[in-house]
Amino acid sequence: MNAIKQALLALPSIFLLACAGHQQSAVDAAGPQAGRIESLWWFFFWVLLGVFVIVITTLLVSLSRGHRGIEQEPLEQTHQPSEATEQRLTRSVSVATAVTIVILFVLLIVSIGTGKEISDLGGKQNAMIVEVTGNQWWWNIRYVSNNASQIFTTANEIHIPVGRPVMIRGMSQDVIHSFWVPNLHGKRDLIPSRVTTEWIEADRPGRFRGQCAEFCGMQHAHMALWVVAEPEPQFEAWRNAQLQPAPAPSDPDTQHGRQVFLNNACVFCHTIRGTTAGGSVAPDLTHIGSRISIAAGTLPNTKGNLAGWIADPQRIKPGNHMAVLPIPSEDLQPLADYLESLK
Amino acid sequence: MTPTIDTPDEIIDPRHGTNEQHRNRLLAAWSRPGGFFGWFTATTHTAIGMRYIVTAFIFLLAGGIEALLMRTQLAFSNNTFLGPDKYNQIFTTHGTTMMFLFAVPMMEGMGIYLVPLMLGTRNVAFPRLNAFGYYLYLFGGLLLYAGLFTNTGPDVGWFAYTPLSGPQYSPGKRVDIWAQMITFTEISALCVATEIFVTVLKQRAPRMSLNRIPMFCWAMFIQSVMVTFAMPAVMIASTLMLLLDRTAATHFVNPAEGGDPLLYQHVFWFFGHPEVYIIFIPALGFVTSIVEAHTRRGIFGYPAMVLSLVGTGFVGFGLWVHHMFATGLPQLGQAFFTAASMMIAVVSGVQIFCWLATIWSGRVRLHTAMYFVLGFIFIFVLGGLTGVMLASVPLDLQVHDTFFIVAHFHYVLIGGALFPLFGAFYYWYPKMTGRLMNETLGKINFWILFIGFNLTFFPMHILGLKGMTRRIYTYPSEMGWDTANGLATLGAYIIAVGGIVFLANVFMSKKTGQIAGRNPWEAGTLEWAADSPPDPYNFEYLPVAAGRYTMWAAPEDRAVVTGMRDDRREVLVTSVMDAEPQHRYVLPTWSAWPFISALLIGIGFVGTVFRFWWYFPTAVLAGIGLIGWFWPRRPWELGR
Repeated sequence: MNAIKQALLALPSIFLLACAGHQQSAVDAAGPQAGRIESLWWFFFWVLLGVFVIVITTLLVSLSRGHRGIEQEPLEQTHQPSEATEQRLTRSVSVATAVTIVILFVLLIVSIGTGKEISDLGGKQNAMIVEVTGNQWWWNIRYVSNNASQIFTTANEIHIPVGRPVMIRGMSQDVIHSFWVPNLHGKRDLIPSRVTTEWIEADRPGRFRGQCAEFCGMQHAHMALWVVAEPEPQFEAWRNAQLQPAPAPSDPDTQHGRQVFLNNACVFCHTIRGTTAGGSVAPDLTHIGSRISIAAGTLPNTKGNLAGWIADPQRIKPGNHMAVLPIPSEDLQPLADYLESLK
Repeated sequence: MTPTIDTPDEIIDPRHGTNEQHRNRLLAAWSRPGGFFGWFTATTHTAIGMRYIVTAFIFLLAGGIEALLMRTQLAFSNNTFLGPDKYNQIFTTHGTTMMFLFAVPMMEGMGIYLVPLMLGTRNVAFPRLNAFGYYLYLFGGLLLYAGLFTNTGPDVGWFAYTPLSGPQYSPGKRVDIWAQMITFTEISALCVATEIFVTVLKQRAPRMSLNRIPMFCWAMFIQSVMVTFAMPAVMIASTLMLLLDRTAATHFVNPAEGGDPLLYQHVFWFFGHPEVYIIFIPALGFVTSIVEAHTRRGIFGYPAMVLSLVGTGFVGFGLWVHHMFATGLPQLGQAFFTAASMMIAVVSGVQIFCWLATIWSGRVRLHTAMYFVLGFIFIFVLGGLTGVMLASVPLDLQVHDTFFIVAHFHYVLIGGALFPLFGAFYYWYPKMTGRLMNETLGKINFWILFIGFNLTFFPMHILGLKGMTRRIYTYPSEMGWDTANGLATLGAYIIAVGGIVFLANVFMSKKTGQIAGRNPWEAGTLEWAADSPPDPYNFEYLPVAAGRYTMWAAPEDRAVVTGMRDDRREVLVTSVMDAEPQHRYVLPTWSAWPFISALLIGIGFVGTVFRFWWYFPTAVLAGIGLIGWFWPRRPWELGR
């Protein structure tokens, strides 16, 4: 008995082992909503596993040799079991149906209860609003505030303070995308000409990966983002850094890099606050050096990757909307150095 | 002595002369010209049904090859086998093929072939419409693949959400070809639906009252009614809204000009969800037929089964929003759709319980067909239970558009429709060809498919929970998705081996299989009263139903209809409720006009892909075809 119990307890952990330990997992919750959904998932899992086992056991027993012929009825001739058999079967099927309905009612009520809990977060004092705008194939992130001097824009990376509710206001610039950070909450579609909202909150620090979940064209596979949950002081430090314009280059190499940036077509699409680059159709690069990844989660943010990406973005992420610019190779390194210096 | 269907050598009605004279006259009335051009004039339901089955099977193979290509691309992280553009075209074509060119037409083909036989009649109600529908379906499929092979395959998913599929984000002809292919196949589906429900209501054997209709015919009837309501919705979505937005610069679903992309989703899923049941309900009919024959008893709880089929047909139209939970609709509405989605589990549960009760109390014979039924119950129950999870809004928000969903719907569609279909192939192959399929090979076939299937799709549940989204052509290695994806790819190749074994069995058994005779399974329904394979007229004398299972009734109760003319294509029209004979109806004879009409309309439809004004020549071309089709004939020429 004890062994069976242990085996049963081990079962979900095998499942968990296969699922957990990841920065993009629906069964490794890092926030209250994802946590409630995870509990709901395990509740459904166990109830429905029980149903499955019962149904399949019944099926196998009905086939077993010992069972066959118990009724001893000449079915080959009559093709119709006796009244008594049919009545017994009717009783069993009715009971099974009634039990099904009861189980479904329980699941329905539990599910609606969880649905109400996750759609809203209790205390919304000190809540933050972050606007997420989907673009083919990157995320524009705008921190909204009543105080205009506190508003800033970044891309593909959201920082949130642990324990503070954050409202994600979802929008789209082009086609339908879907914002999904599974460790924190379920999906919310970003639909052009509409605003959708979702509350998220992290209850532990960590880096959580999210990914666009609605097919949005050629590079749907490479449209990821990071949510970095950190303690309040670190978050404040990050926010204050983000509010600053880009630091001025300090050495000749990065000064040359900035010149390359400003003299090329980069400026038509990208913004670097503090310079004349003010394009608004591509990710804001003011603090690109501080980000975890480039090209919406496609590559880790290293100097080499940046240089490679600028040299030929179409090879790394075919079909993306970044132009291939004829930047001479001797200019590429300073440019990457400059961008990396934008912490 | 009462004439019966088991005595083919006896002269039943002396007015027809000898049996041979009678058969020859029937054959003359029901045959068509031979040769290459004669092929285009067929209108008998067995011929058209078989064409649907073969064509749909070829599309199944095409869709399967696409699946293998996708699985190869996803076998490990950062694979560059296909690249995004090819991958997106292939996954879209895979979904489109499986839904529109394989599953629905295959079920319709089985229905066209089997329903008139099971009802004891000679053909479907509108044989020419039937042929017309087949050619339109064929042209639609060819159009899609012509696109794929010219690098114009659709690449926006089988659902083609706007604005991604709109003119701004999908320039070129890829989406237009997809949308027009839908027009072809949906008109074809509507043709079949019309025939089948009219046939079921009006051409049943005498005394086959509503409570005696074989379950498969009930299933096809309900499926046909669903098709009639669902298919116009997708034509509004794809042909009206999407194609006009693309070719005629309307703005139905263009948000930039005030159109609403969610409107498209609502209309599409109002079709898209019932579509699943349109595929799956006929499969329930297969399962019931196979179970009845292999347990040697009538289905337990016939009224409950019929009512739960009807219930599925109704409730199936009330759940489409569970495909749109992530769009942020109001909560009250979501709760309603959660409840409706769970209701499906009740009716499906009743069906499962009834089959279990039948197997429990029956004398089970384990032929290959029965293996597939048992495999179906295992896989389908699992898929149904994950379906209950998806009805829950919070769970759906997590797993929506992940590989969990991919796993779920392959469990319900492959488990719920493909396994019963393979069972049905094994079960009715002797009726269609006159020979039994090889049982040993059949059981090997089953186990390969069963193991391959679970190996492919079970790991996808875990992938989905681990955050792997759908429709991505590659993934980074640090996501930890490699192992499960590798297993799934391995499983996909095992499924392919199973497919090859099946095909080998089909071709070998055609030559060397054991001769089947009329009723090899000792089954109860009327298709087993016809020859194997059936003559073009199906029955020399139309049978009269004796209870629900005429072939199981005592021989002296199995009567036939006399007094039908054998020199023209006559069928008996019976009343809707009790199937009392009402009158003899003369069906039109062979004709090439359905083909010509379909060809002319097809040319017009393809034209509209390129220029909007092709709508007008299309109308003229269609008019020409229909004038030829309905050219009036004198009454005494009817049937000639």
